[in-house]
Amino acid sequence: MQIPCPWCGLRPLDEFAYGGDATKKRPTGKRQADTSAWVDYVYIHDNPAGRHREYWQHVGGCRSWIVITRDTTNHAISKAELAPPDSRGGRR
Amino acid sequence: MRYSLSSIIRNAATGHKHWPKVWRNPEPKKSYDVIIVGGGGHGLATAHYLARNHGVTNVAVLEKGYLGNGNIGRNTTIVRSNYLCPENSQFYEHSLKLWEGLSQDLNYNVMLSQRGALNVFHTPAQRDAAIRRGNAFSLNGIDSVLVSREDVKKLAPLVDCSPNARFPVLGGLLQPRGGSVRHDAVVWGFARAADMRGVDVIQNCEVTGFRIEKGQVRGVETSRGAISARKVGIVVAGRSTLVAQMAGLKLPIESHVLQCFVTEPVKPVLDTVVMFAAAHFSIVQSDKGGLVFNGDLDGYNSYAQRGNMSVVSGVAECAASLMPRLSRLRLLRHWGGINDMTPDGSPFITKTPVKGLFFNGGWCYGGFKGTPASGWTFAHLIANDEPHPFASGFTLSRFETGNVINENGAGPQPGKH
Repeated sequence: MQIPCPWCGLRPLDEFAYGGDATKKRPTGKRQADTSAWVDYVYIHDNPAGRHREYWQHVGGCRSWIVITRDTTNHAISKAELAPPDSRGGRR
Repeated sequence: MRYSLSSIIRNAATGHKHWPKVWRNPEPKKSYDVIIVGGGGHGLATAHYLARNHGVTNVAVLEKGYLGNGNIGRNTTIVRSNYLCPENSQFYEHSLKLWEGLSQDLNYNVMLSQRGALNVFHTPAQRDAAIRRGNAFSLNGIDSVLVSREDVKKLAPLVDCSPNARFPVLGGLLQPRGGSVRHDAVVWGFARAADMRGVDVIQNCEVTGFRIEKGQVRGVETSRGAISARKVGIVVAGRSTLVAQMAGLKLPIESHVLQCFVTEPVKPVLDTVVMFAAAHFSIVQSDKGGLVFNGDLDGYNSYAQRGNMSVVSGVAECAASLMPRLSRLRLLRHWGGINDMTPDGSPFITKTPVKGLFFNGGWCYGGFKGTPASGWTFAHLIANDEPHPFASGFTLSRFETGNVINENGAGPQPGKH
């Protein structure tokens, strides 16, 4: 598998570290006091057989966090973009 | 027909033309007492123990493909019970005890070979950890022996025990009762034993939905029509989240691919299971002579039963650094299996919010060795509506209550266990 880094272009998988499900939003505001919101955020992740939005970090390159959309059945990557600056969902 | 010396002689005398089919191939009935979704090792074991321990024989096991195509045929066949957490320890020890009597129980030779499972260590810190673990195992009644570097040389002469090794071996922790089992025989043996007690094992029957009324399960929709039952067990590790989703459940599970490898067959060179501590790697020699390697997860969500080259080369490097003489062997095959990975590395054998719907999954790396105890305790749960004491900790609610069973002390990232 190769990952298209928005800065560095197509680079081998070994240069990247996986950050998991990018659809999760960290609980904010009043939801921070809700245990079930944290259980959902920390433990319950999207696990589709098909298109999956996920974080990767280009640790062996530009070190940017990126969000890619990858098909989990064949690893075809349909989209790759820099993680938005206010992104607070990444986990490693 | 029971297999015995006389059955072998009788069939040999008649040219082996009259062996009966090992199991029936029944059409699904309209209704059963219990439906097991998934005809893998755990599903068939559940059906066997439902019939054997609880007298529940009006059972259907529904398998999407054919028996033996899933993870029961994709693992590296290793069994052991040296686990640290009390919940895992009692569960896997029960499993190992069941393995020890399984061939007699099933009347089918599963070829258990208790050749020992040896974890080598390479640093003083790892030795301290091994001593601590070994003491914990002993306190739990599980056999474990701390062995020196000299002992490792004798147990596994292939291991590079020289001080110049890339990761010098200081010694190891051995579970003498650990070993390997022929995994195909396990699935065939459980299927035959369940079938002989009247369980319908139905292949090529994919569950496409669940019938749930007022919070109570009523049956399943399948590719071969609707089948009703008031108790349904989901045992489909690898695709658990997809199947549970059809019943409206969201599970704390990610699917990851784990690759395994087998080399060309050679004469007997390794008569114990060896686990490397410098990286995630284990090795066992199969009865056919191939050396079977097991590495680390590829590390990202995947339903593709194949993996990437970086893991292939990493596993080959582990093999060559632990046992340099293997470097000239050629890999014959490699394949991937889809693991249910959970946030604490431990499985689920549990009720669900839907009445009558039970869930078994999240096996991480422990699925094969846990097969008999998984079936035993899941059958108990389904038959009695009460968790078996050996599996009562494997709940879905443990993340909310904080009672996680975290064998490795890794964080909540499923791919890191």
